[in-house]
Amino acid sequence: MADHQTLTGIGVSVGTAHGPVVQVRPAPKPPAGEEPTTDAAAAGGKVREAMAEVAASLTERASRADDHAKPILEAGAMMAQDPGLAQGIDKHLAEGKGITNAVNDATEEYCAMFESLGGYMAERVTDLRDVRDRTIARLLGVPEPGVPDLEEPSILVALDLAPAETATLTPTTTLGIITQAGGATSHTAILAAQLGIPAVVQVAGALDIPKGTHVAIDGGVGEVIVAPTDAEKEQLAERSRRRAAALSNVRGHGVTKDGTRVQLLANIGTAEDAERAAAEDCEGVGLFRTEVLFLDSDTAPTLEEQQETYERVFRAFGDRKVVVRTLDAGADKPLAFANLGEEENPALGVRGLRLQRRRTDLLETQLDALAAAQKATGGNVWVMAPMVAIREEAQFFADQCRKHGIKVAGTMIEVPAAAIRSTDILEVCDFASLGTNDLSQYTFAADRMQGELAGLLGIWQPALLDIIKMACDGGRITGKPIGVCGEAGGDPLLALVLCGLGVSSLSMAVGKIKAVKTALRLHDLGTCQRMADAARRAKDAKDARQAVIDLADPVMLDLI
Amino acid sequence: MATRTVSIASSVGLHARPAAMFVQAATSTGLPVTIAKEGGAPVDARSILGVMALGAKHGETVTLEAEGDGADAALDSLVALLERDLDAE
Repeated sequence: MADHQTLTGIGVSVGTAHGPVVQVRPAPKPPAGEEPTTDAAAAGGKVREAMAEVAASLTERASRADDHAKPILEAGAMMAQDPGLAQGIDKHLAEGKGITNAVNDATEEYCAMFESLGGYMAERVTDLRDVRDRTIARLLGVPEPGVPDLEEPSILVALDLAPAETATLTPTTTLGIITQAGGATSHTAILAAQLGIPAVVQVAGALDIPKGTHVAIDGGVGEVIVAPTDAEKEQLAERSRRRAAALSNVRGHGVTKDGTRVQLLANIGTAEDAERAAAEDCEGVGLFRTEVLFLDSDTAPTLEEQQETYERVFRAFGDRKVVVRTLDAGADKPLAFANLGEEENPALGVRGLRLQRRRTDLLETQLDALAAAQKATGGNVWVMAPMVAIREEAQFFADQCRKHGIKVAGTMIEVPAAAIRSTDILEVCDFASLGTNDLSQYTFAADRMQGELAGLLGIWQPALLDIIKMACDGGRITGKPIGVCGEAGGDPLLALVLCGLGVSSLSMAVGKIKAVKTALRLHDLGTCQRMADAARRAKDAKDARQAVIDLADPVMLDLI
Repeated sequence: MATRTVSIASSVGLHARPAAMFVQAATSTGLPVTIAKEGGAPVDARSILGVMALGAKHGETVTLEAEGDGADAALDSLVALLERDLDAE
């Protein structure tokens, strides 16, 4: 049993929970100075034994898996028993390579071959590398990597979670998430908020918490209590209750105390998300991340497949607005069928609209599917492009939209150049939406996937607020709506600042809407504007936030 | 040496589920079975990675070979399998 202690990190998904810890291990790397193989036959035998164990465990998991996961696990089990792969490993062992390096190198030969074949085959590389990682873990005598099967509702602890790992999480078995790395805008954070799972990132020492240890977490203030006392558990529960009390009885539109309307919208990624969110008290969708549909797909989804999903989303929201972002691939979201090869700096490379212009087939199919779905449902559909930097790109996208029958076309503002010249951009399209996560990554030249840089990426950085202000000025000058669809919009305190800066809509994980709505109703527009000024006058992020708290209604302390 | 040629009936070709079914069937014969595309080198029919990398598409002809007791009967059963649209089943 671990000693009682309190660890702190950054709370990224509000809520409290307690339960046993399950550690999610990263894939083991084959050691660099590994002992060379002298007895290739014996080493080959060990490899076969490890692979047979991997196959058996995958087969066993497949027997309990749902229809979606079952074929993937079964295919993995077959790969682990593949005689061709075993022979390939034998060859490397015969050359004297260390045992795990031989496994790695032989697997990579197949991966290279599959990647060159593209499409469906390239997608299988992920499964093959998973088999490799499990085999190497067994040979090294360390736990198998990835999210294990949860035998009871648990709190997951990881260095960081990959998008593929978070995709299978459900709130029923995952009570909470703690990561040692990861930032406030990492995919772990976004997904946890979307699923309503309390999460704390940047918790030093999290990986040392032994498996099975009871921990309590508060995803609001960013606290992790190892081996909590009953009194502490009760304290966390009390915090949850106070929050719930502050939130009760707010329904309807987003509006400030003096009647200024601010649309409160949901961020969604799938038709299931849409149906869940549509049942909640929200005014529509401010960000429909369509690439989520593509991530699960072996090949580029057809027009018909896309149209079917879009129709489900539009139908769920009736005449409420749905803002769709076209395929945002590249950087941290690579797609097998839209891969233009390795890039030195993917976040600064061919991604978003830049990729769509190289692969206009993908863009045209998507716009056709969106237009057809809009026509079939009569939905209130707005479509925007990711990664627009200059006016010419915004113009290109708006032209494409019109050509394909999309009536309302806009751009994301996530590149500082686009924020600074938002007037130029808004002149050639209908609306803009600020993606604060990427905007802060590009403003501070700090990779948002790199946990240790999280300090630079705080949404309260005065420089980020200045850039947002410039973007909002363009909205005022052109009279066109400008919203926020990054995670910043879901912070009740920052939402007030954004509103004061002139944003007309805020989009967030649906679970955060209630707190933001409550915050807006407690303050008038004048106060929001004073908050924005005070935050921008501050010299650092911490002071900016404190300056806003000083101007806020005291009830806000229960909400943040 | 028993040899058979057969055209792939599966509409998606010999990958995904059809490939897995074929490899399982080839493995269960207990014989060293190979599969080759026209003009290509034969690969081990018991290797899912090899069979998938073969990339045999719908309507393409493949050659199966096997040696040993019951090779003819084994190949007949594999041919019967490939003649079905496995993906539709």
